[in-house]
Amino acid sequence: MIRITCPFCGERDHSEFSYGGDATVAYPALDASVEDWNEAVYLRSNPRGPHKEYWHHLNGCRAWLIVERDTLTHEVGKVEFAHPGLRNAVRTSV
Amino acid sequence: MSHYSVWSVLREGLRGQTGWDRAWRDPEPKSEYDVVIVGGGGHGLATAYYLAKNHGITNVAVVEKGWLGGGNTGRNTTIVRSNYVQPVSTQFYEHSVQLWENLSHDLNYNVMFSQRGQLGLFHTPAARDGQAKRVNTMRACGIDAELLNREQVQAMVPHLDYSGNARFPILGAVLQRRAGTARHDAVAWGFARAADRLGVDILQQTEVQGILREGGRVTGVETSRGTIRAKKVGVAVAGSTGHVMAMAGIERLPIESHKLQAFVSEPLKPLLDYVIGYGAPGAHFYISQSDKGGMVFGGDLDFYNSYAQRGNLPIVQDVAECAMAIMPCLGRVKLLRHWAGIMDMSMDGTHIMSKTPVEHLYMNAGWCSGGFKATPASGWHFADLIANDRPDDLTAAFSLDRFERGYVIDEKGMGPTPKLH
Repeated sequence: MIRITCPFCGERDHSEFSYGGDATVAYPALDASVEDWNEAVYLRSNPRGPHKEYWHHLNGCRAWLIVERDTLTHEVGKVEFAHPGLRNAVRTSV
Repeated sequence: MSHYSVWSVLREGLRGQTGWDRAWRDPEPKSEYDVVIVGGGGHGLATAYYLAKNHGITNVAVVEKGWLGGGNTGRNTTIVRSNYVQPVSTQFYEHSVQLWENLSHDLNYNVMFSQRGQLGLFHTPAARDGQAKRVNTMRACGIDAELLNREQVQAMVPHLDYSGNARFPILGAVLQRRAGTARHDAVAWGFARAADRLGVDILQQTEVQGILREGGRVTGVETSRGTIRAKKVGVAVAGSTGHVMAMAGIERLPIESHKLQAFVSEPLKPLLDYVIGYGAPGAHFYISQSDKGGMVFGGDLDFYNSYAQRGNLPIVQDVAECAMAIMPCLGRVKLLRHWAGIMDMSMDGTHIMSKTPVEHLYMNAGWCSGGFKATPASGWHFADLIANDRPDDLTAAFSLDRFERGYVIDEKGMGPTPKLH
């Protein structure tokens, strides 16, 4: 079992989370070229080693997280909110 | 090298088994080959075999980091079938089944191909409609397929859960009688021996550490046993494709590496005559019984990028639940082993067999979780691609640039999410 320390909920089993794939992918503008869209939709670095990836804490706080994890050892490094601004927005509105 | 036959068995029986040769040589690498194949799994060995047999190219080396068939060839659940719905996939896998049907004779090596039949169960009326379409597609392509109702399935496999409170009520199944299983180690060994007999050098414990290029053209490979020059290089290293292709400067591919687990139980007396599989929302499971009696089964991926050849516990529980949901009689069977292999999960769920931006460098990759059944056809068509430096009619669809051109082959309609294929 991989343990991910959710910044909101604390350390949890990875079975509480849903995997969201490579977090380094940036979508281009809607009118960007086919090459740019191909790059974003289909091409991945797929590293054997450190990987920055999305995890959704589906059975927890439901926040999307960016997790640094090694794809060979499964060691988890830094975990942070994918949308820190969103969290601040929620805070100020309460 | 002796030819295996009933006469050789009798002869060796009479002289105390003293006359058997080793099945393939263990040669020193030559400094140059016409073709170097990277990866000594089923696909790489089959490619070398068909290069020699179909194209007369025998100055070939297969370079393998570990031992033959130590990767996904020896880690799968050994199922062979051709029940696809996308036209090119249907043709490709049917060609493969046809090659399987004569493979033991062709290789002079018993790969124990057992056409015991495969049942794909369905559990809802909507799934029945989908499977009826599959049957029609297969039959239109000349492939055997039958749609069975619940009573027919029950007559064939009486010990599934047909009760009123079954988690997945069985409404029927698709049956492909020509589908079955093969002994996966023997497939690697059979291709290795047959290729070796035609002159191919098989270099185990030889790790490729670099791919040599001059002016946009491949010129050889750098290995742990020195430089080997080659006119052409074919890469068949599913699971590590990104790692090896990066050596040729191809850093990004439409592939993610995921791990898939497989399981085998303690040996049982004959229990299951067919290969059985089912998929339903939240469940995915396939099972057969090996000739030794072990129940061989598997389910879903572990669902996150990984190069670790070991499984994680949530899927062990998930697969066990899937087994119990359909075959409750397995409840007290002990699990003997479980392991994982690394799948090249492609962006559309279909393999890539293609030329690359580097001239005379070819890739055979992206087999997702279905590469074993493809082994003979993969070798056949990849050899053709390498020998002729152009894809044949069937292979053209599996090109690397199909994503950019918008010609994806998405068997399950899942979109560019590799873990879902």
